[in-house]
Amino acid sequence: MSPNLTLVVISGVLVASGVSLLLERTLTRVLIGIVLLGNGINVLYLVASGRPGLAPILGGGTTAEDMSDPLPQAMVLTAIVITLGMVAFVLALAYRSWQIDGHDEVQDDVEDRRIVRRAELDETSGSYDDDTAETSEEEGEGVPR
Amino acid sequence: MTAWMSEWASEWPRTLVPLPVVLPLFAAGLTLALARRPRAQRTISVIALSIVVLASITMLVLTDRGRGTYSIDVGGWPARLGIPLVADRLSTLMLVVSSVVTLAVLLYSLSQGVADGEEGTPVSIFHPTYLVLSAGVSNAFLSGDLFNLYVGFEILLAASYILLTLGGTKARVRAGTTYVVVSLLSSMVFLTAIALVYTATGTVTMAELSVRLQEIDPDVRLVLHLLLLVGFGIKAAVFPLSAWLPDSYPTAPAPVTAVFAGLLTKVGVYAIIRTETLLFPGDEAHTLLLWVALATMLVGILGAIAQNDVKRLLSFTLVSHIGYMVFGIALGTAAGLSGAVFYVAHHITVQTTLFLVAGLVERHSGSTSLGSLGALAKRAPLLAVLFFVPAMNLAGIPPFSGFLGKLGLLQAGVDVGTTSAYVLVAGGVITSLLTLYAIAKVWNRAFWQEPLVEPGDDPPEAGNSGLATATEVGVRTPVGMLLPTAALVVVGVGITFVAGPLFGVSDRAAQDLLDRTPYTSTVLHDRVPEVGE
Repeated sequence: MSPNLTLVVISGVLVASGVSLLLERTLTRVLIGIVLLGNGINVLYLVASGRPGLAPILGGGTTAEDMSDPLPQAMVLTAIVITLGMVAFVLALAYRSWQIDGHDEVQDDVEDRRIVRRAELDETSGSYDDDTAETSEEEGEGVPR
Repeated sequence: MTAWMSEWASEWPRTLVPLPVVLPLFAAGLTLALARRPRAQRTISVIALSIVVLASITMLVLTDRGRGTYSIDVGGWPARLGIPLVADRLSTLMLVVSSVVTLAVLLYSLSQGVADGEEGTPVSIFHPTYLVLSAGVSNAFLSGDLFNLYVGFEILLAASYILLTLGGTKARVRAGTTYVVVSLLSSMVFLTAIALVYTATGTVTMAELSVRLQEIDPDVRLVLHLLLLVGFGIKAAVFPLSAWLPDSYPTAPAPVTAVFAGLLTKVGVYAIIRTETLLFPGDEAHTLLLWVALATMLVGILGAIAQNDVKRLLSFTLVSHIGYMVFGIALGTAAGLSGAVFYVAHHITVQTTLFLVAGLVERHSGSTSLGSLGALAKRAPLLAVLFFVPAMNLAGIPPFSGFLGKLGLLQAGVDVGTTSAYVLVAGGVITSLLTLYAIAKVWNRAFWQEPLVEPGDDPPEAGNSGLATATEVGVRTPVGMLLPTAALVVVGVGITFVAGPLFGVSDRAAQDLLDRTPYTSTVLHDRVPEVGE
């Protein structure tokens, strides 16, 4: 089987643009990225199904050689439905994010930001057990540090 | 008459196979319809999951007592066309552990919901979603078809998206976004891999793939193998692909984090086990997996040591200990696989328990930050015991199952005897010690010494509320939350006592995995082996 070049190119372009959008920080662009990526992969299933043919219905006079392969089509239908559901969820998430923050940019983790701040200030980590401080307090003032 | 009877006797266990998938889905629909009647919802969820536990245990006993592998073709289509569900020793063992944990966490969440006054979160959707999650996990464990495995993953992921962002607060939406986008990406990679596998071999039934993948060009096979590993690696949180996990898990409600930590990554590990043994046995990616396992163990545990919050620390130990399982899989020997399977069973229980205890600590003191916790051993001795036992279990202190699991894996590594295996063994020992260090730090700071408050360290609201509730001696922890946690602690300790039989099951499961014929012949010829065969 030789793959259909047009479909391969379309799939490649869709996936490439999907990935580049996925790397954006705004959730809406990420969403569009997911849509493009999903569609690119769906086109890949059309490549997988090989040469197009007649509808795969038995008893209508079609022979097995003339039929197109029904299995990838069944799979891609499932995949399309799943992607649709996920896209709807991400859309809701983006809307909720906009409701809360007024924008839909994905924020850095609070803990991560705190660690970056500490690193900039050259402080020790919050998990660092400062035993020396305690012993010097217990052993009285005036212990040189 | 007798022929009919004996046929029935050998056929009826097959009717159990779809139960762990169908029953929770059905119950999910029912609970959704009864959204306005919380009491009915609870009853239905508990009954459904209890039946799943019983069915899983029955299946494990039947498959392990020499009846071998069961498979059922959904909708009556033969395996090559349709979707087989397969129950062998590995998948039924996984089902038993996962269903017990799911049920325990459900019971815990019931009384948490009651105790917290439901806090404006839409609890009416909690039960349906939770049941769908359970169905997805079961479907992934039972699936004998690569595309159905994808569907199983999507079912459990979709449910997990909802559970993680429950209530839609600011922190959860932020954490949920990372989680959703990363999970979607992993699904896309998996989907691409399936399309390519189909193009290369013309089938997605795993039993058939195990034959056909051996016949194709080795370079193409390697590409397919790596694509699948990347997809599963993200889900299992294997090192270079694990950064999403500690970022997203800790913000969710305690029971949700607990069930995610216990189950979701292990489904990824299960998929990796299947890929490595059934689809691509003895491929050269094993070496890669070995080094990935080492990196996962070390980077994970070093991350844990740097954390200042119990939940985040536990998330990092979770990542780290995935490394042990990948190590066992990468060895590729029966002993290694057996150790990995045992470790999965042990780790699901222990990690879930620890997150539940973290939830109890949060409830008791209003915070899980080590900065504002302190002297819990004095204020809440029961809580301290509940934390101490699974924590020592996780660190692998001798009498517990964590020690036995690690010992099994390290022995398997020594048996293989190559340089890289020895390096991995050393890495495993170091990780175990560092886990003990991280756990001891939590014990010292949260349970042993008086709270040390560093004003500039915590966001004001968390710091204040944490201190205020911690000093006036605790909110009473509801018995309904304590009991399931205590039960899981007991199950975790119990694994130590049944370690002999459990290692027996995991040894036989590993042998099945390496033989491959019990699986493939059952699925493809669709026959049930006779007793004692």
